[in-house]
Amino acid sequence: MAKQNTGDPLVEMFIFETSQTVELLEQIVLDSESAGGFSRDALNETFRLVHTIKGSSAMMNYNEISLLSHKIEDLFSYIRERDSLKYDSSSLSDLVLSVVDFIKSELEKLREGIEPDGKPDKLAKKIDGFMKRLKKNNGSSTGASSSPAKDDTKENIGGSGVVYEATIFFEDGCQMENIRAFDVVHRLNGIALVISHFPVELIENDQSSETIKKDGFKVIFKSEKEFEDIQNLLMRTPFLKDITVNAVNEMLEQQGEDSKKEKKAGQKNNQAKQEQKKETGVSEIQSPLTSNIISVNIVKLDKLLDLAGEMVIAEAMLTHNPDLAGLELPNFTKTAQHFRKIIDELQDLIMSIRMVPLTITFQKMNRIVHDMNKKLGKDTRLVLIGEDTEVDKNIIEHISDPLMHLVRNSIDHGIEPKEVRLKKGKPEVGTITLEARNEGSEVLIIVRDDGKGFDRQKILEHARNKNLLFKSEDEMTDKEIYSLIFMPGFSTKDKVSEYSGRGVGMDVVMNNIQAIGGTVHIENQPDVGSAITIKIPLTLAIITGMNIKVGESIYTIPIKEVKESFRPKQSDIIVDPDGNEMVMVRGECYPIFRLHERFNVKTDITDFEDGIFVMVEHDNKFLCIFADCLLGQQQVVVKALPNYITGVKKIRCVAGCTLLGDGSISLIINVRDLLSLSR
Amino acid sequence: MTDTKILEQIGQEEDTQKGKFLTFSLGNESYGLEIKYVTEIIGIQPITEVPELPEYIRGIINLRGKIIPVMDVRVRFKKPFNEYNERTCIIVIDVKDTSLGLIVDMVSEVLPISDENIAPPPDINKSAGNRFVKGIGKVGSDVKLLLDCEMFLQEDDIIAIEKAT
Repeated sequence: MAKQNTGDPLVEMFIFETSQTVELLEQIVLDSESAGGFSRDALNETFRLVHTIKGSSAMMNYNEISLLSHKIEDLFSYIRERDSLKYDSSSLSDLVLSVVDFIKSELEKLREGIEPDGKPDKLAKKIDGFMKRLKKNNGSSTGASSSPAKDDTKENIGGSGVVYEATIFFEDGCQMENIRAFDVVHRLNGIALVISHFPVELIENDQSSETIKKDGFKVIFKSEKEFEDIQNLLMRTPFLKDITVNAVNEMLEQQGEDSKKEKKAGQKNNQAKQEQKKETGVSEIQSPLTSNIISVNIVKLDKLLDLAGEMVIAEAMLTHNPDLAGLELPNFTKTAQHFRKIIDELQDLIMSIRMVPLTITFQKMNRIVHDMNKKLGKDTRLVLIGEDTEVDKNIIEHISDPLMHLVRNSIDHGIEPKEVRLKKGKPEVGTITLEARNEGSEVLIIVRDDGKGFDRQKILEHARNKNLLFKSEDEMTDKEIYSLIFMPGFSTKDKVSEYSGRGVGMDVVMNNIQAIGGTVHIENQPDVGSAITIKIPLTLAIITGMNIKVGESIYTIPIKEVKESFRPKQSDIIVDPDGNEMVMVRGECYPIFRLHERFNVKTDITDFEDGIFVMVEHDNKFLCIFADCLLGQQQVVVKALPNYITGVKKIRCVAGCTLLGDGSISLIINVRDLLSLSR
Repeated sequence: MTDTKILEQIGQEEDTQKGKFLTFSLGNESYGLEIKYVTEIIGIQPITEVPELPEYIRGIINLRGKIIPVMDVRVRFKKPFNEYNERTCIIVIDVKDTSLGLIVDMVSEVLPISDENIAPPPDINKSAGNRFVKGIGKVGSDVKLLLDCEMFLQEDDIIAIEKAT
């Protein structure tokens, strides 16, 4: 049925637009849920969004999606036409959310180039069931039904407005004619009162497709709108082949006939415009604000960034060209400086293009909180602070999962049940705060809850049972104890729940954050709450580094991890009986890491007094790296090691590489790995 | 240009490359690589060593801003390491979207070897080195060992496992 290749721009467009629409939809539903019900605007908005999804998925022939969205649309159209209708808004939003999930999973399949094969039947039945219940509960009170129920049509003909008759033919082979016809009826419902249509049974009877194919779809309706409006609305039907609209009312019959003729003449042209109209219609609905925003493939941006990095290097190679050494070139220097400025600006700009606000990532958490509240019977609200903080696109991808785990953990382990909260004198509703803010070249993301906090004793006990303690308990600081929960296989929850308790969550958090060079800190106050702070670098692509030399090789240490460098005195060096070398600095003892030994580099400088120490710190752990000499500080563009190399062996201690001004390669040292090696 | 034209061109390009081998030597032996894998040949360059790698991967080089790993084919084939000199070359190959530099003693020439002149490798001696040889090419009285470029991407262990299963 559907087109399979994701290379198809139409499919890509569909995926992009639909996922945006779905996200919007999700947000509205969640907002409405927390507001305690759907407002009139929310109902309309939901209806509109679902309608958009239905339209575009039907256009692309993704029938499962269109079927479900169609049903949801039905539901909402039913609800929004009845102001006084009573319904269970919470199960309604659940229904919409499950459809959202379904569509999301189908989109994911499309994105990977797999045929979307989800089965909508179950969900469809659920929606039907909900609809039936709605109708049953409210059936008596809804006299002026606008759904195609034939009984009440007669009485309504007498009202104001003009009665029209339209005959619609769909394109050959467009399939699901009955659904499309139903769609027409639906859209008419918005502006007109549908009196009757033929065939009468659209969805219920599969034969109707055949009839429509042969004789066209006839619909009689009444509307106060102008003839032109009606005509325009009907013209927008997808896969339209031919349409005739007649005004049945005698007074307007003449006018209707005229327009009909006009219309037939313009039919051909209009049809060509159909697709286009639909496209623009969709993007208009998306958001009026996005009109001057284009979406760019991230791969292109990566390439652009790479190129800018190349340019920085090329500039250095040019201005420090050995051929120019010793020459006095005032004009050249001036131009070179100008050049340098432009490149700097370009680089800044490209970096800023890659910056994306955390808004979407944060708002996804709304959904998690909502789901978990439902499942666990807790009452938690999510407060977002500083969600417009921008971080590099690559980083966003890495923090979505950890945040999800943290929020889940906070609700599952942190927030107490209502009764317990009331007893403790806390507000009944638990609060989880997600906060983001810039701090220097780092972004802080804080997940704070006002739950019971971590239980120090319980953590220790648990760690003991699972043999995760690496130190005697008395020596451990609070910080060390709390960071035990990030160890693989640690989980304090006795029961394994659907959301957390498998003991995988927290170490996933740690791994993901460390993978992007971030750190995690825990603050905790028993019975007041806990706060987990994630510190991540603003960007991965460019760092300031200290270049050091060992033999012929050059290494770069990220500057934020360099504490100081110094030349040691022989008297400060201590060697313990195991042969571990250490150095005393201001009364503190630090382990020494001989880079040349570990990295197997030939160098003449093996005596400490000939070389230099660079003290590095990560997570309050220190280490002195022994190198030949310092080369100075420089901004470097981080490049990954070739895939081939990382495929052969996962290289620890090296975070990546970078090109220096002279075109040579320097390896970027991963201080965290060094520290874990030396322990 | 239309798609079909481009396709035709690619087809032609593959045709002109077919049956041609870049030959190089390691000590006394002469080897051949299918020309379609070869991107370029460069002289020996400063190589940045990367720790913790097998000995035959010498490190990485900067090829006009692109960082590619280089492998000493001598060491890979378990021959003694030779100091590099001005005749040492790096053949840059592109296999399955992975760029790799091969350090060889000397690059000779590009030779056409037709299919009938290629014999399958002997069945005996499946040990080290031999699995790289895809065929034996005869050129006049000379013999060229034709290498399977894709084998360069695999590590010893992987090959061992594959053989075992």
